[in-house]
Amino acid sequence: MLRSRQEQRRAWWQASPAAIWLGLFFLAPLALIVLYSLQSRANDGTVLWTWTWANYAQLMRDSAFWRTLWLSIWIAVVVTAITLVISYPLAYFIATRPRRWRIVLLFGIMIPFWTNFLVRIYAWKVLLGNAGVINQLLEGLGMQPLNLINSRLAVILALIYGELPYMVLPLYAALERFDHTQMEAAYDLGANHWRAFRRVMLPQTMAGITAGAILVFIPTVGTFAVSDILGGTEGFMIGNLLDLHFRTTPNWPYGSAISMIFMLMLLGAIWLYFRVTKEVPDGENPG
Amino acid sequence: MNPHGPAANPVWAVELNHVTKTFHGTAAVCDVNLRIADGEFFSLLGPSGCGKTTLLRMIAGFEAPSDGSIIIGGTSVGDMPPHRRDVNTVFQSYALFPHLSVRENVAFGLQMKGVPKAEIATRVQAALELVQLPGFGDRKPRQLSGGQQQRVALARAVINRPKVLLLDEPLAALDLKLRKEMQIELKMLQERLGITFIFVTHDQEEALSLSDRIAVMNHGSVLQVGPPAEIYERPLTQFVADFIGECNFLPGRVTAISDGIAEVETSSALRISGTAPQPVAPGDQVMIAIRPEKVRLIEGERPSISNAFPVQIERVAYIGSDTRIIVRLPDGSSFDVWESNTISTLDPAAYYAAGDKAWLTWTPQNALVLTE
Ligand SMILES: Nc1ncnc2c1ncn2[C@@H]1O[C@H](COP(=O)(O)OP(=O)(O)OP(=O)(O)O)[C@@H](O)[C@H]1O
Ligand SMILES: [Mg+2]
Repeated sequence: MLRSRQEQRRAWWQASPAAIWLGLFFLAPLALIVLYSLQSRANDGTVLWTWTWANYAQLMRDSAFWRTLWLSIWIAVVVTAITLVISYPLAYFIATRPRRWRIVLLFGIMIPFWTNFLVRIYAWKVLLGNAGVINQLLEGLGMQPLNLINSRLAVILALIYGELPYMVLPLYAALERFDHTQMEAAYDLGANHWRAFRRVMLPQTMAGITAGAILVFIPTVGTFAVSDILGGTEGFMIGNLLDLHFRTTPNWPYGSAISMIFMLMLLGAIWLYFRVTKEVPDGENPG
Repeated sequence: MNPHGPAANPVWAVELNHVTKTFHGTAAVCDVNLRIADGEFFSLLGPSGCGKTTLLRMIAGFEAPSDGSIIIGGTSVGDMPPHRRDVNTVFQSYALFPHLSVRENVAFGLQMKGVPKAEIATRVQAALELVQLPGFGDRKPRQLSGGQQQRVALARAVINRPKVLLLDEPLAALDLKLRKEMQIELKMLQERLGITFIFVTHDQEEALSLSDRIAVMNHGSVLQVGPPAEIYERPLTQFVADFIGECNFLPGRVTAISDGIAEVETSSALRISGTAPQPVAPGDQVMIAIRPEKVRLIEGERPSISNAFPVQIERVAYIGSDTRIIVRLPDGSSFDVWESNTISTLDPAAYYAAGDKAWLTWTPQNALVLTE
């Protein structure tokens, strides 16, 4: 049935704060980026207002861009996967403690994050640097120092550390809701630990995994500060490339085109993720 | 049948030898010895916290005994993990898998065993018919009522044809009417399948009506094992007499014994003769236990039998099948009497009223002389 005009108007009115918010902070910047990406750069670095596809055409041939993009996605996938593997048992452990311990443990996980983000990144520099804590220890033990800083390894380690709570919290929420006697029921019916996990616990905590994976993947793939401080040339990611084009060079139209392509790739990745995880069996097919 | 030796030594479905479980130094189950026969409907009955669930969990393999051994079908299970044991459990909370359909829930055990798909389909259908839910295969557990969920939990367990089925208060969550229905269904199912049932309950009526044998537990120990009538009619301890049914207790001391009838003098100098299920000697401190339906009230002259005491009627409650009467003994203590209303009448004179005088009597076999 059609709703009355008045009702429709009220619905609009009620939705309008969300619409305004979305328009102001999401659609307008997006439109701006689309606009810039179709212009070109003047010799002095400012934007030259001429409509052109040249930026996109150039991007397609820009192997440095593609390399950086793939590296970013690769790092984000690795970070998300490792964070998940670490966080799941951790969240499970916390969720299965007595109630008052859960709060304490969750608190414990979050306390390090009360210090400033940059301070924490610099702490990793102190830890991994060529004359850093680890290398001094190694030297003290009479071993060769390792080159840890300015590497993908350093970026990945710091990102895992930094993103851990964003994975642990949604997983904790899912595991806390989960009725753990179901696992006993599964064992009772002849499932070993792995199959009980796969057929009973995993499907029921999938929502937590999805939330955690997205919360970790998105900031990671677009990271800038971590790779800038710890990555050197080896850890040069898409965020650093954008920084280059918006700040250093500057070439806003080209940077905007990179943004657009990057965003489309991200949407594609998320779409793919949902496609893949939808197929996690939760029924018919016997493990 | 016995893989270990001469058939003179029957294989029990479940055998518990000195099974003990301690949590942080306190014993939840304490030196339990039980032998449960193949095809038996065996109930564990006891108050909350007496260790019933813990005992069941040890048989299922979720908990390892601190001491003692568990033998299932002649095989010592030691630390065999739950998924290898030939037992299945119906959990009190049912623990159905909410993300799976009823059909998938019931099929779970067979899938884990690697039974071929076609066979699974027919067996699942048969199991659903067995619990009278043939049309419910595609529903999710949350779309079922409590009683239907209970049946799914039952089907999910029995489809595996286990040697032993463990049921932890499977009917506790159901309302009274449904509960009575399910009791009957459960019993019929057990008789049809011939599976050994170990059934936990703290409902004594349920235990009495369903079981072949009952083990009464308290504080982690098994106090008495026997068929329902034996548990009810010949309790060995005050706890069992009190826990199963109603009972009047009178403390006293044995003065004489003849022909298995013990003469007891109560602390208020009543002389009572009763039956002692366990040997007693003159001088022993004992407890006389008398069930309220096993005594008679007689009006008029003192009857010429050994147990007859003048009493005054205190309170009368008519409850239909019975009249429940509280009387006061000469020593001042109160005593419950249940009289069956065997004659249909509205004549007030046929019923006792508060203030009436009468003689309270019983035959010596109805008064049990208990030592604990
Ligand atoms: N995992 C555990 N850790 C510590 N103590 C436990 C544990 N499980 C049970 N207990 C204790 O053991 C005793 C027996 O518990 P159990 O659950 O076996 O009782 P129950 O007879 O099943 O009671 P109910 O009728 O209430 O279900 C209780 O005192 C309980 O507190
Ligand atoms: Mg229990």
